Amino acid sequence: MPDTFVPDTLLDIRGLKTWFKTEDGMVRAVDGVDLHIDRGETVGVVGESGCGKTVTARSVLKLIDMPPGRFEAGQILWQGRDLIPLEQAEMNRIRAREIAIIFQEPMTSLNPVYTVGDQIAEVIALHQKLSPRQAMAGAAEMLRLVNIPNPQKRVHDYPHQFSGGMRQRVMIAMALSCQPKLLIADEPTTALDVTIQAQILELMQEMKEKFGMAIMLITHAMGVVAETCQRVTVMYAGKVVEEAPVEALFSDPRHPYTQGLIRSIPRIDRAVSRQARLESIQGTVPSLLNPPAGCRFAARCKYAMDICTQGIPPLKEVAPGHRVACVL
Amino acid sequence: MNRQYIIRRLLIAIPSLLGISVILFGILAMAPGDPFEELATNPAIPPEVRMALRAKFGLDDPVWQRYLHWFAAMMQGDWGFSFQSRIDVDKLILQRLPVTLIVVGASQILAISVAIPVGVLAAVRPYSIFDQIASTFAMIGFSLPTFFTGLVLILVFSIQLDWLPFVYRADINATGWAFYAEHIKQSIMPVVVLGLAQAGTLVRFMRSSVLDVIRLDYVTTARSKGIGERKVIVRHVVRNALIPVVTLIALQLPAVFGGAIVTEQIFRVPGIGSLLIAAILANDTPVVMGVTFVFACLVVLFNLIADILYGWLDPRISFR
Repeated sequence: MPDTFVPDTLLDIRGLKTWFKTEDGMVRAVDGVDLHIDRGETVGVVGESGCGKTVTARSVLKLIDMPPGRFEAGQILWQGRDLIPLEQAEMNRIRAREIAIIFQEPMTSLNPVYTVGDQIAEVIALHQKLSPRQAMAGAAEMLRLVNIPNPQKRVHDYPHQFSGGMRQRVMIAMALSCQPKLLIADEPTTALDVTIQAQILELMQEMKEKFGMAIMLITHAMGVVAETCQRVTVMYAGKVVEEAPVEALFSDPRHPYTQGLIRSIPRIDRAVSRQARLESIQGTVPSLLNPPAGCRFAARCKYAMDICTQGIPPLKEVAPGHRVACVL
Repeated sequence: MNRQYIIRRLLIAIPSLLGISVILFGILAMAPGDPFEELATNPAIPPEVRMALRAKFGLDDPVWQRYLHWFAAMMQGDWGFSFQSRIDVDKLILQRLPVTLIVVGASQILAISVAIPVGVLAAVRPYSIFDQIASTFAMIGFSLPTFFTGLVLILVFSIQLDWLPFVYRADINATGWAFYAEHIKQSIMPVVVLGLAQAGTLVRFMRSSVLDVIRLDYVTTARSKGIGERKVIVRHVVRNALIPVVTLIALQLPAVFGGAIVTEQIFRVPGIGSLLIAAILANDTPVVMGVTFVFACLVVLFNLIADILYGWLDPRISFR
């Protein structure tokens, strides 16, 4: 299979702008994002809190409340078809069946008043046109796939009877129950403790091998990216600043922001050296209400020059598949 | 449903009803007024007769003794004897209770069936024209007292338009359909007055409850499943939003019964509310005691029903 593998674009986001109208003005949460995901690949989307990762992810499934949100510009091409102008009913045929999503907070992502079986069976019954009984059997089967012990019995349990890690497994079971082509995982491990994080990532990897779906993994943990992704998109203040295959990103980061992100990972092999202090990026993310002219990272960048504040540097290719938005 | 839980809750209700009866009895014993006051001003009856009557009815005994006496009698189904109408209290109450229950019950059903859909629709499109109209009416509904809206309705529908009778009559000399039609016709105004006052609060509460739930993560999860907005609202939002509203309905019931007393006065509904007022005015202590105790039982009962509903709506509450 790998030798006959032809890259085949599943999702192609072009110049997406998702803005939010607030009392203080327009918040440009996502301001011209380009991102593409090929069939079967895992793409990491990284960046610090508030950089627009989550809004990008939710825009794909049109889960943004409108108003206050709105698509200002751009296209979200799903297998060549733009999702932005789609009607609700058509969008509902794509949700869960073709693109599924799991969220950061497993504790609050499940409805407390229905059993997990009901919630998984709801998707199965809807998209696969099965009877409630068959759908419930399917739900138990999904729970078994995500390694929940005693699935036949546990389908009848309520979310509060599961731990955080187990609920995230339930969310994964629900998301994968219709064999989507793309799974969007919006910080799936952030709310879990470290040992459980590893288990969930492992499970996602296992599921990917089984179902062959692509994954858009949103995270701010560079370690997670290094372990699981083939390609990485780095976002900063609503824009993509760098995009590269994962090896290239770690061995040769071009954007000063990416360099800072990578240097801020604790490294066990460097901890004993004299520079034991972990590096951090000074300053905070600029306001997305009135983003600064020019490169948005300029204010925090140690290489900043006059030219950086004059125009927004476009993404340009520096190596095959490696694109950077920096004048350097 | 969990039978053990219900039985346990019913058992817990016994001490609270006992406590209520002690307090009611104590307050009534302390209240001024004498059921034989009339006799005191009647020159034909010598004071000795009045004293003998008081002694016979045990009115001169210490309070605790009178309470025990009342309690023992009530346990045997003897609720006492109305000084005023010379009928057993339980018979008197049973005559009047169905009317009150029908009026209060119908008004609650009206309130709930209007308020829940309106509250949900208002919350789904907050600040829309529908929401603003609904909120305005809700505000009017809960700020106007029932004695005012009742009189306005009487003025408009009975006096100006002459569509509805403004005095509730228990003795309708019609049979079959005409009998029911007449009853429904005269119930409309009291039910609407009580129901709309209640609906106002409920609309506001339901709206804010839905607004709280609709932005929770699991609603986004539900949308991401592609199940359609209407189903998302009905299945995943409304049921969760109802949980606090059930509590509100239960907590408001005493106020509803209070409102029913006033409304019954206005429309002359022969329910236990108007019985209570008449009994208080006549110092008819056994009737006052009986009616207030029935109100207490109803409130305890409806709280129990609310608790059971609560557990049914929210599986996180376990019946222990």
